[in-house]
Amino acid sequence: MSQEARARILHHLRQRTDRALSVPTSNFRVMTPDTPTREQMLERFERCLTSVHGEVIHTPAAQWTDALRDLLQARQLKRLLLPARHAVGVEARAALADTEVEPMTYDRPIEDWQSELFEKVEVSLTSTEGGIAETGSLILWPDADQPRLMSLVPPIHIAVLDADRLYPTFQEAMQREHWATRMPTNVLLISGPSKTADIEQTLAYGVHGPRELIVLVRHP
Amino acid sequence: MSSQEAVRHFHPRARDALNNPRIRQNFRRAMDGLMQKRATALQDHDTEALRDLGAAIRQRALSQLPDLLEQLEANCTRNGIQVHWAQDGDQACQIITDICQQQGARSVIKGKSMVSEEMELNHHLAEVGITALESDLGEYIVQLAEETPSHIIMPAIHKNTEEISELLHDKTGTQRSQDVDYLTASARAQMRQAFQRADVGLSGANFAIAETGTLCLVENEGNGRMSTTVPPCHIAVTGIEKVVQHLADVPPLLSLLTRSATGQHITTYLNMITGPRKAEEQDGPQAVHLVLVDNGRSDIYQDDQLLDTLRCIRCGACMNHCPVYTRVGGHTYGTTYPGPIGKILMPHLLGLEDTRDLPSASSLCGACGEVCPVRIPIPELLVRLRREAVDGDSSRPSVVRGHGVKRHWTEVGVWRAWAWLNSHPRCYRAALRLVMALRFLSPRRLGGWTRYRKAPRPAARSLHQHLLQRNRSSS
Ligand code: SF4
Repeated sequence: MSQEARARILHHLRQRTDRALSVPTSNFRVMTPDTPTREQMLERFERCLTSVHGEVIHTPAAQWTDALRDLLQARQLKRLLLPARHAVGVEARAALADTEVEPMTYDRPIEDWQSELFEKVEVSLTSTEGGIAETGSLILWPDADQPRLMSLVPPIHIAVLDADRLYPTFQEAMQREHWATRMPTNVLLISGPSKTADIEQTLAYGVHGPRELIVLVRHP
Repeated sequence: MSSQEAVRHFHPRARDALNNPRIRQNFRRAMDGLMQKRATALQDHDTEALRDLGAAIRQRALSQLPDLLEQLEANCTRNGIQVHWAQDGDQACQIITDICQQQGARSVIKGKSMVSEEMELNHHLAEVGITALESDLGEYIVQLAEETPSHIIMPAIHKNTEEISELLHDKTGTQRSQDVDYLTASARAQMRQAFQRADVGLSGANFAIAETGTLCLVENEGNGRMSTTVPPCHIAVTGIEKVVQHLADVPPLLSLLTRSATGQHITTYLNMITGPRKAEEQDGPQAVHLVLVDNGRSDIYQDDQLLDTLRCIRCGACMNHCPVYTRVGGHTYGTTYPGPIGKILMPHLLGLEDTRDLPSASSLCGACGEVCPVRIPIPELLVRLRREAVDGDSSRPSVVRGHGVKRHWTEVGVWRAWAWLNSHPRCYRAALRLVMALRFLSPRRLGGWTRYRKAPRPAARSLHQHLLQRNRSSS
């Protein structure tokens, strides 16, 4: 059925009643504004993200795990899901070893621990591929070490962003890093905590995903 | 009454809606807010240049549509996404039902998909004993109320908090409350269970990228990510026009979409899916299917002017800015897509027999065309469809199903006689004298015209006579 439908649809499209269409040119200049400085990008990133209820914490790169520890302590968060192999996970594990934090690892297929992930994990920590200044967005490329649900199911998501990995725009990020030739299973842009305005235009946070998004910006 | 016949009765529904202060208040408030937000979000942009770019990207995709669809299919297949084609909604429902049955699925969790509404998928699934649960909060509310969405972006916009609280209380046993956070949290709790139990996740797609074989989903809630990540099987269903050529085409369209729709610079999530779970990965569905649905779109594709309809990125700005939509609300249209985009799209999907009143339910004020992010000339298309409704084939064979449905022999006869009279001066003058002499016999009721206006009456003396006299007296 599908093959027959395919042939019919393509045939119908190719035998257009009106003449064949010409291909218009698209002018992308409007997408590339003047190159901003790092400070301008940081300022814009923070303004955008906080305007949608995201939280930004600045920390010197060398002491970032202190900032993490303070954060977890202040909120009394214990069950933390974090990567096992990525440097962010390795460093955090070492720094939290003598605290009450209970590190958790996503080292099995989701089927094997679904209810635990949904019900037990209080907070997750992930790295990022960078950030987008224009919209205050984080770029995530989930993989085997940091699976897709890590940034979605736990009620609080802490993401680590290096200040020198900020791109002015989405367009620039994907072009500079040649995404088109190497798209992984899943790419995410995350711009704030999960939200809805479906009940009379009133914003509510944490509807399906995290209700809090905290970004640790590491400065070199 | 079938749902298609139900579409026909636009006018009685419009009257009911206009007499319902709650509907009018709910829509007025929401639309005012949305218009304001859009204007603010576009302030720091060269909006017109961005709209030019958006229109050009969509037009470029359409100009190569069959080739891009084949490229999309090839790249998706290479990535492990199984591609299916459906000529109409029934075929698409059948394909989805088959996939569900092969999975042994009992329950489907749905992210937002207007195409699935278009083909009444939930209904089809229910017939074979598969339950479909909507997970977008607005869609969930509408599903509980056994209604249809009244807006393509905000499905439950016709309800206020009190009505929603009452509904949730009745159907799910939550406390009555005006606290939106509480209502949202209780819906979240119920849905979390459902995500874990569901056998299949179903979603739409905002863009399908031919170059990479990637599906893009734009959302705020995270239910789309849940539906496409937790269940073991993901089915995406989308119209054949949703394909774009390059990955680089996405940022401008995304920017236009979110700003035009809800005045956001970007939504909380952009979810780009390029395949099922790989061997070493820990989550994501084992199988991903893409169902490409035609359902009338390739007919629209035949005609250069109508083709513009297919540029639509479903942002909803045209309805937010429409004075008619704001007053009558989404349900009055009786169609999956309400408002201006519905008026130019639904006649192709359902045929003009059932949608004859839609193209004329407009004052042609032009607001929709002014805000459309991809520059669809909606008012011109409305005029075109009005002409199709009375006279489709006069210049060439029409591609619109049900064209000529409003053609009426008396109207045709009157115009023919009028044309004949005007080309025969003597008869014209005789007829004019007759009409003036018998002017007291002119009818008081003239169909729709006299519902809100007085019937016109022929003057005692013609313009011609007046002018003759004036010329004589001045010379
Ligand atoms: S017609 Fe234009 S304004 Fe209306 S939904 Fe489509 S893209 Fe948006």
